[in-house]
Amino acid sequence: MTSEVVAAAPVPAPGRAQRVREIAEELRGLRGALIPILHAVQEEFGYVDQPDIAVIADVLNLAVAEVHGVVTFYKDFRRTAAGRTTVAICQAEACRSVGAVELAEHAKRTIGCEFGETTYDGRVTLEEIYCFGNCALGPAVQVAGKLHGRVTSTRLNALLGEAR
Amino acid sequence: MTPAASPVRVFVPRDSAACSVGADEVAERISAHAAAASGDVEIVRTGSRGMLWLEPLVEVETAAGRVGYGPVAPEDVDGLVAAGMFAGEGESLGLVEELPWMKRQQRLTFRRVGVVDPLSTADYVAHGGTRGLLAALAMAPADVVETVVDSGLRGRGGAGFPTGIKWRTVLGADADLKFVCCNADEGDSGTYADRMLIEGDPFTLIEGMTIAAYAVGASEGYVYLRSEYPDAVATLEDAIERARDEGWLGPDILGSGFGFDLHVRVGAGAYICGEETSMLESLEGKRGMVRAKPPIPALEGLFGRPTVVNNVLSLATVPTILAHGAAEYAAYGTGRSLGTSVFQLGGNVARGGIVETAFGITLGELVNDFGGGTSSGRPVRAVQVGGPLGAYLPVEQFDLSMDYEAFAAAGAMVGHGGIVVFDETVDMAAMARFAFEFCAAESCGKCTPCRVGAVRGVETIDRIVSGTDRAKNLVVLEDLCELMTDGSLCAMGGLTPMPVRSAVRHFGEDFNA
Repeated sequence: MTSEVVAAAPVPAPGRAQRVREIAEELRGLRGALIPILHAVQEEFGYVDQPDIAVIADVLNLAVAEVHGVVTFYKDFRRTAAGRTTVAICQAEACRSVGAVELAEHAKRTIGCEFGETTYDGRVTLEEIYCFGNCALGPAVQVAGKLHGRVTSTRLNALLGEAR
Repeated sequence: MTPAASPVRVFVPRDSAACSVGADEVAERISAHAAAASGDVEIVRTGSRGMLWLEPLVEVETAAGRVGYGPVAPEDVDGLVAAGMFAGEGESLGLVEELPWMKRQQRLTFRRVGVVDPLSTADYVAHGGTRGLLAALAMAPADVVETVVDSGLRGRGGAGFPTGIKWRTVLGADADLKFVCCNADEGDSGTYADRMLIEGDPFTLIEGMTIAAYAVGASEGYVYLRSEYPDAVATLEDAIERARDEGWLGPDILGSGFGFDLHVRVGAGAYICGEETSMLESLEGKRGMVRAKPPIPALEGLFGRPTVVNNVLSLATVPTILAHGAAEYAAYGTGRSLGTSVFQLGGNVARGGIVETAFGITLGELVNDFGGGTSSGRPVRAVQVGGPLGAYLPVEQFDLSMDYEAFAAAGAMVGHGGIVVFDETVDMAAMARFAFEFCAAESCGKCTPCRVGAVRGVETIDRIVSGTDRAKNLVVLEDLCELMTDGSLCAMGGLTPMPVRSAVRHFGEDFNA
């Protein structure tokens, strides 16, 4: 019987630096290309890794610190991979007026992690979001990219069940 | 009722709010029946009418008009079809345009939303699209600017600055390159009209931006659209492609010789990027740090060039002004708040949705007559108007007229027209604390009053609520609010005190230990 292996830190896939360079070179002609490049890298790899930053900086002829500063300013850019399913719960005023804070507490208990964290088994990442623009049908929750309205704790359990 | 010409057209929204409560599944179920009806039924995916409590709202075209059914659950479809839904029969809401909620509105900016297929250029033209652009192209650019000035249109993003005056400044600026930027970073909770317009009638925004570009002499446009709105991003990108194919964008727009092109830039989850100078920094690929003004963006904006920065609703209202004339638009409204405004009812409200009506309607009419009170059935205690930086108002102020001046006089703001309703269970001290927490999390950090003040605000409210030197700390809180209002670089720090002060003023009992 083999012992259970604890997942090691993700090793950069071979060729990642090359692919990041390709993405950056393809988009560098856009005005204000850095943010579109970061979105594209994250779309392909799921997160922006530290070595990616130096590659992008090189292509755009920026200091590594400048690119690092942009990556860390924006909440969207992840520094590690997300879990298999991302659950994002709106915590803004309109959803708060119909119980979004209580729903979030329920989600944290059920899923077993806090906002901004991923469960130990890598299944679910829980995020707080400030407004999906679904303010008349709150609480609003996005599960694996799909938006749901009027989400009760029972409904959230069902959505989590489907996602697992 | 008698069915309209064959095939019968059935309309199901594709708006993300409607889809969040099952519109896609309903459309799928109807498709199955349509397939069985072998070509006699055509399903059209539209935007939403904005009657969000009725979503998914299905409409069927009949000789008398569109008959509505809603809210329709996927499992209701079989029964509705059996009862004759495709002929407009069975238990329905009646004609959608005759519903009191719709009839009481004056839809100008939102006239096509929920009516047309958002990506059909033929539908767009058939419902009056491009008329504004054609009218503009037949005029001198300066006359287009003056038409917008005369219409009285003011910035719908919240600041309420006259749109035409801003355009005049950009037109007068001498530069080889100018930009038109649309601020679609609709981060305020309780506001969703930008999203619904982009998802439901994107060509209107494209047309409005093209008119703006022609008026000021700009050749490139950018829409800064938030990443939290993936459906809007997809719809707008698709619409821009189609507009290029139609010659509505490109080097020679509608044969006029005028050239303009438009690009979407997706935000990255920073609330501050809804502030115009921060948005410009972000468009340039930088951290969204607020710029000091002056220089104003109209003279030194994107990449230092003269730039029009307008909200989605301001730009989307321009085509109707050009098509129907400034006087017709300015005939709506009251005082210096002319035209219509797109109000958005949200939160704990029975009938939430889009109410486009002339300025001057009262807050109470919106919350009670349109909104029907709370969805929980408990009494309304507070409403927040104008987003997270707007004031909390008690029921006693429901006779306030919805216009820029009346709200400013009451220590509040109309903002982007969002109205969030809270019932009697709300803890207003917690909401005031949240306003500071949000500011602390989202501040760009450039100026001290906002960066540090927000954190001190959270601490001060905690002391007040826990009963630690309550009277003294209320003085500190007021002092802090005054400093943030006067000393912050932009509206984020400058307006965070508004919800806080209004909560203390109107709901002081919640701040007792």
